[in-house]
Amino acid sequence: MPKTTFKIWRGDSKGGEFRAYETEYSEGMVVLDVVHKIQAEQANDLAVRWNCKAGKCGSCSAEVNGQPKLMCMTRMNTLPLDRSVTVEPMQAFPVEKDLVADVSVNYEIKKRIKPFKPRPPDHDDGTWTMHQADVERSQEFRKCIECFLCQDVCHVDRDHHYHLEGKFIGPRFFVHAAYLDMHPADAEDRLADLKERDGVGYCNITKCCTVVCPEHITITDNAIIPLKERVADRYYDPLAKVLKVIGLGGKK
Amino acid sequence: MAGHETHEYDVLVVGAGGAGLRAAIEASTAGVRVGLVCKSLLGKAHTVMAEGGMAAALANVDERDGWKVHFADTMRGGQYLNQWRMAEIHAQEAPARVNELEAWGALFDRTPEGRILQRNFGGHAYPRLAHVGDRTGLEMIRTLQDHGIHQGMAVHMEITITTLLKDGERIAGAFGYDRERGRFRVFKAPAVILATGGLGKAYKITSNSWECTGDGMSLAYHAGAQLKDMEFVQFHPTGMVWPPSVRGILVTEGVRGEGGVLTNSEDKRFMFDNIPELYKDLVADDAEEGWRYVIGDRDARRPPELLTRDHVARMILAEVKAGRGSPHGGAFLDISWIKDRVKGGAEHIKRKLPSMYHQFKQLADLDITETPMEVGPTTHYAMGGVRVDSDSQASSVPGLFAAGECATGLHGANRLGGNSLSDLVVFGKLAGQYAAEYAKSAGPAKVADSEMEAAEAEALAPFGREESGEGPFQLQQALQDMMQEDVGIIRTEAELDKAAEALADLRSRAAKVKVHGNREWNSGWHTALDLEPLLTVSEAVAAAARERKESRGAHTRNDYQEKDSEWGKANLIVEKAGDGSMRVRREEIDPVPERLAKIIEEQG
Ligand SMILES: Cc1cc2nc3c(=O)[nH]c(=O)nc-3n(C[C@H](O)[C@H](O)[C@H](O)COP(=O)(O)OP(=O)(O)OC[C@H]3O[C@@H](n4cnc5c(N)ncnc54)[C@H](O)[C@@H]3O)c2cc1C
Ligand code: SF4
Ligand code: SF4
Ligand code: FES
Repeated sequence: MPKTTFKIWRGDSKGGEFRAYETEYSEGMVVLDVVHKIQAEQANDLAVRWNCKAGKCGSCSAEVNGQPKLMCMTRMNTLPLDRSVTVEPMQAFPVEKDLVADVSVNYEIKKRIKPFKPRPPDHDDGTWTMHQADVERSQEFRKCIECFLCQDVCHVDRDHHYHLEGKFIGPRFFVHAAYLDMHPADAEDRLADLKERDGVGYCNITKCCTVVCPEHITITDNAIIPLKERVADRYYDPLAKVLKVIGLGGKK
Repeated sequence: MAGHETHEYDVLVVGAGGAGLRAAIEASTAGVRVGLVCKSLLGKAHTVMAEGGMAAALANVDERDGWKVHFADTMRGGQYLNQWRMAEIHAQEAPARVNELEAWGALFDRTPEGRILQRNFGGHAYPRLAHVGDRTGLEMIRTLQDHGIHQGMAVHMEITITTLLKDGERIAGAFGYDRERGRFRVFKAPAVILATGGLGKAYKITSNSWECTGDGMSLAYHAGAQLKDMEFVQFHPTGMVWPPSVRGILVTEGVRGEGGVLTNSEDKRFMFDNIPELYKDLVADDAEEGWRYVIGDRDARRPPELLTRDHVARMILAEVKAGRGSPHGGAFLDISWIKDRVKGGAEHIKRKLPSMYHQFKQLADLDITETPMEVGPTTHYAMGGVRVDSDSQASSVPGLFAAGECATGLHGANRLGGNSLSDLVVFGKLAGQYAAEYAKSAGPAKVADSEMEAAEAEALAPFGREESGEGPFQLQQALQDMMQEDVGIIRTEAELDKAAEALADLRSRAAKVKVHGNREWNSGWHTALDLEPLLTVSEAVAAAARERKESRGAHTRNDYQEKDSEWGKANLIVEKAGDGSMRVRREEIDPVPERLAKIIEEQG
């Protein structure tokens, strides 16, 4: 079996360093397999999150050779193997230990966003008539596995830490807000929050989030830009403003 | 004494998969204080991986469907070892639970009329599975999670419960540690709901995540509750077989529901070769009729690929054994052939099975719209678990409830695909409701300091041991290898005897495992502590499997290949005897009442 060297960041909130581990790997292995092999054979106390090993749960997010990735979906044969592979925790979040980042802020952000509030059901059994074409937009956003790689890569989070300061909810939660906003049965209004509190204006459409999304959600074009447009229509379009004052500004 | 943090609730829910979340929502709505603990982050529980769908007789696609048909299908699938009352409640209430998810924001795929779409699945007479592409579990868990966090429950993530605490006979709470810092936590609560999922990690080849170490079953067993039907472990016929590192990862039955066919190395569709007696009149005569069924022809009968999982898994094994397997020891599953039969061709496949498409593309470099997949059996689901009352989900220990995969009763000897997701929400809700009621009337329970001290000492023990030369990961692997070999799909008495001996040996080796480092996010320590539940449930599976001397559903004995009508009337109960040893006891099944017997008969 061929050999590889993994430089894995070891440490905690007080600091740490990359440590090199040499190990064998076989065909078809993904980065997470190699990390697990090292954990089982050389570093029992290495901290790493994972669950599904199939790109479905969004637990194993980390930075592989500096790129935000799901370790379980990063095959060894997609990496340059003439040099060592670096693996470190997501950088936009505080570290807990080794590869485990403290992502708790994401759960706090989610809680602040107004939840789904349906309009009255269309049918006696409490359901709605919704056509496939109308649910498809929101269904794209529901593919999100909450891996938070988009949060990790966004410069507003990464460089300015606005997500930690409560000024910016970040791409994951624009996706969530867009799901709610485009849900055919939702009747809540979140535009004021998006503008004032959630910081949709801080996004300058660099599309880095879209690039890293393992679910291939078109975050910027399909979620953020439409949200920005709605905010603009409501708050910056003079006609919309007048309609709103006289109470005619409908949501959708 | 290492010290601990204490939390107090009326209802403590252990587990945040579909069952735990639904239970916590129900208990919160009932107005009691609810704590929810889980080993991973919220939204990552195993439920997230469910693919194909959630069974409920909504009759949106075929109006001939109804709860009675669903009930009869579930009983037949379970070979009549099911708790009939659970099968009845499940079939009756599943539609309301699906609709409720829609009311909480779930977006299922739609029919042309704009209602919830349903798809075919093995063992279900009509298209019955509400779904979202092949990521139904994600939709369910996200919906429950996002709804749940606004219902007032307190969520404690990344905490592992290691012991249940008792006050005399009744439950008083639970003890555990947090993964991040290794601090101990005591949760005081008069009612505890176990919703910890399955035990797949007892096997080497499995579709299950690291979390599925049978914790709830083991916790309940050690607290004095009964386990039932532990011999029935479902081996899903289609797991990935190649590359080696992904072996076991699930290939959804939805592939077959959409028309996927199984073939061997001679390109033969071998599933037509052997149709079980119970399903003789329900299967298509030829490939053409099978395809007509897939595309919704109501007069057509199902293709043999959509027979129950136990049967399909054995058929694949037989092909491999006969030397007609695929290159890496499985069978071929081909969905690409439907390209010529449907509008949209390859795009249709990608839209119906998006995560399968990506899974194979990324993990195996294979395009499922072009090339057949290689698949083979993988350990998937535990039909057995904590024995509960059908209506209230109460175990035999006062204050202890269980729901979801860690409980038992609905599925009998074999679970139908799609019946788990509906199980989670139907019985999660009932567990939450009855646990809240119980907590209100039972009043607070006391926990003795000595119990907490004992739990702490036990959790810390691996640090204090001498080096034995065998680490926690090696031991876990040894257990998985042994279970795969000796307590696998096809079992014999000799192997099961060997397994019993091996388990005793593994247990004594586990007691010697030393853990290095400190308590902060120490995966070695976590794995060492997971050995206890893994060993307990493995012992229960092996012991019950040895006892049941027949082949039925998911339990196949090479030395007793036939069904035995006497065994068809009994469940096996596993419980802790007074001397601390494991006891297996046969118990007669409560006969099906007249009203339900009639339904079973009518549905043929
Ligand atoms: C790949 C795959 C696909 C599937 N597809 C389908 C499908 O299409 N349809 C269907 O009906 N079924 C399907 N199933 C089965 C179904 O997904 C599971 O049976 C079901 O999700 C189990 O849910 P649960 O709520 O019982 O437990 P889980 O979702 O497994 O959750 C268990 C929870 O308990 C917690 N926990 C466990 N032990 C402890 C402890 N000691 N302390 C604290 N917390 C603990 C875990 O952290 C987790 O939160 C599938 C299963 C797999 C593996
Ligand atoms: S497009 Fe916006 S949200 Fe996405 S990474 Fe760039 S700035 Fe951040
Ligand atoms: S939007 Fe994509 S990148 Fe962001 S959390 Fe969801 S899945 Fe991950
Ligand atoms: S382990 Fe689930 S996404 Fe990687």
